[in-house]
Amino acid sequence: MKLNVNGRDHEVEVDPETPLLYVLRNELALNGAKFGCGLGQCGACTVMVDGEAVFSCLTPLLVLEGKRITTIEGLGTLENPAPLQSSFIAEQAAQCGYCIAGMIMRAQAILQKNPGASSAEIRAGLEPNLCRCGTHMRILRAVLRAAGQMRTVGSSAKRSVP
Amino acid sequence: MRRRITQREEHIFKNRLLTAGTRKAIEAFGYRELRAALRVEMKLLKVLTLLFVIVGGAFIAIAWRPSIAAVDLSSVQNFDAPLVKRGAQLAALGNCTTCHTAPGGPPFAGGVALPTPFGVIYSTNITPEAESGIGGWSELAFRRAMREGVDREGRHLYPAFPYDHFTMLTDTDIAALYAYFMVREPVYAKAPPNEVSFPLNFRPLIAAWKLLFLHAGPYWPDPEQSDAWNRGAYLVEGLAHCGGCHTPRNTFGAEKSRRKFAGGDAEGWTAYALDGSSPAPVPWDAEALQIYLRSGWHDHHGLARGPMAPIIDSLTEAASAQDLQAMTVYLMGFLGEPGAERRRAGQSRIDRVRIPPSLESQTVGQGGTSQDAVDGEKIYQATCASCHEGHARGPFGGIDLSLSTGPSGPDARNVLNVVLWGLPPAEGVRSPSMPGFAGALTQKQLVDLLTFVRSRFSDKPAWKQIEKDVRETLSGQRSVMVHPSPGTDLTPVSE
Repeated sequence: MKLNVNGRDHEVEVDPETPLLYVLRNELALNGAKFGCGLGQCGACTVMVDGEAVFSCLTPLLVLEGKRITTIEGLGTLENPAPLQSSFIAEQAAQCGYCIAGMIMRAQAILQKNPGASSAEIRAGLEPNLCRCGTHMRILRAVLRAAGQMRTVGSSAKRSVP
Repeated sequence: MRRRITQREEHIFKNRLLTAGTRKAIEAFGYRELRAALRVEMKLLKVLTLLFVIVGGAFIAIAWRPSIAAVDLSSVQNFDAPLVKRGAQLAALGNCTTCHTAPGGPPFAGGVALPTPFGVIYSTNITPEAESGIGGWSELAFRRAMREGVDREGRHLYPAFPYDHFTMLTDTDIAALYAYFMVREPVYAKAPPNEVSFPLNFRPLIAAWKLLFLHAGPYWPDPEQSDAWNRGAYLVEGLAHCGGCHTPRNTFGAEKSRRKFAGGDAEGWTAYALDGSSPAPVPWDAEALQIYLRSGWHDHHGLARGPMAPIIDSLTEAASAQDLQAMTVYLMGFLGEPGAERRRAGQSRIDRVRIPPSLESQTVGQGGTSQDAVDGEKIYQATCASCHEGHARGPFGGIDLSLSTGPSGPDARNVLNVVLWGLPPAEGVRSPSMPGFAGALTQKQLVDLLTFVRSRFSDKPAWKQIEKDVRETLSGQRSVMVHPSPGTDLTPVSE
């Protein structure tokens, strides 16, 4: 079936019951989203579907036809990171880093919908994503910093901002 | 055909300034006749005015409540610690916090929006703060509010505050609650103004509501029933006000006393019937109900969720084993002993779930034949089945849906709410949880899934309004409060 990831259509030959995460990692070599618990309880696999954060480990391909999927690889590049990516670097928000792709994708969904999200709203929004290293305070700072950048640029942060 | 104008009338026409209409009327009927008719009318008007004054006066007499003088907090006596402790337990049993504490806000400072068919009503600050809370309330004023729904200043309170239940409390219990609230941390917080439109924003009208629907007065034990039954009735009907959600309401928002516990709704969720029409696929018995009330979970019924979740937490915290048993005794009187047929049907579901699915199909209902149900089955198999048919206990697996009350409920709303927002874990303790699928499924996919779930896991006819429910929920037209799961540890104990 056809799958639209990061703006590109991919033709994949897999069982439609396959969770999106496996297809992203095994078929499309997009290894940003991580396998954590496989139960939708940790958020490491979070990606965006039509602008909403979803657990890719629980979302079968068959419900994704015609939808636009965005993974962390679709946000920015090494040379040209997205506001959230550069903010996470600036705040040194990653320790082991396993949860970070999921954190960033959920934060992206939150800020895309509401660039003026308050600290409390961001905290509440990020609740489904867990970090076992305990860098929560840095993660929150990074998301708030990115929110500030997104507001000044006035873009919904497709990319740019050095 | 025209009357002859009399001399007197001509005189009137000449000397008085008359409107064209009056002149025409005099020409048509004659001056004398017209005056006589007007006199009768005036008399009638006087009688009507008098009647109005009498009725109005009576209404004011009924509706008017005096203000009770504010007390100075420093003059309030010190409360005994055991009294305050008792009050804390009672406040938990009455679940005051769900309505009076905003999520993340200071305890009992109010401001929680309660959507009602009549508009949004905001809960008030019940901390002992003098200006914005109940700091100036004497025990008398507090008791009057609980019994009659009138605030200290004498204003009628909306029955969103369940004084139709709290009226049953004993003086002793009200005194304990008063003591508890008077030693809370005072918080200055003013509730936003209610969004209730005219004429319902005219509070004296609430007096008329009370006349019809409030049966004020303490609980009178029924001497023919056991002590446990009477204690249960006092708790269930009074403080715990179960009927507030589980009894359907009439046009005026009052509980239908003839359909007690026939099922109602709360915060965007359906509160299941607790009488003979209970939709639970496995009929409730006293043992199961007591386990459920204590822990929020029963293997054959599932998890307390939505607005029932915080209530379970309160019961876990505050209800003694005797109180829970008493509530169970009383509620079982409404649920009734299931007939042999129902019991057998329930048992066969339990047996079927025990058998690994490879040996026997789990199907309970006819299964879906419509295209919706066929598409829904694919979504269910790929998304839900691995946890719900995985034969693992929570938090690693969910209940087999043929045992859950959701698919057999009167509408799709509860299952829909859980599919969309899942069951958020409790804070700080182990608890069951389920992820939500709000971002992953479209409106059509949700409708398909719900159609299938109903056809597969219930032997009842298809839900009628799935599409409308899904549409209104996704658009936010129907607001739904999502609560964390009760803090119940379901993790299997390792040997």
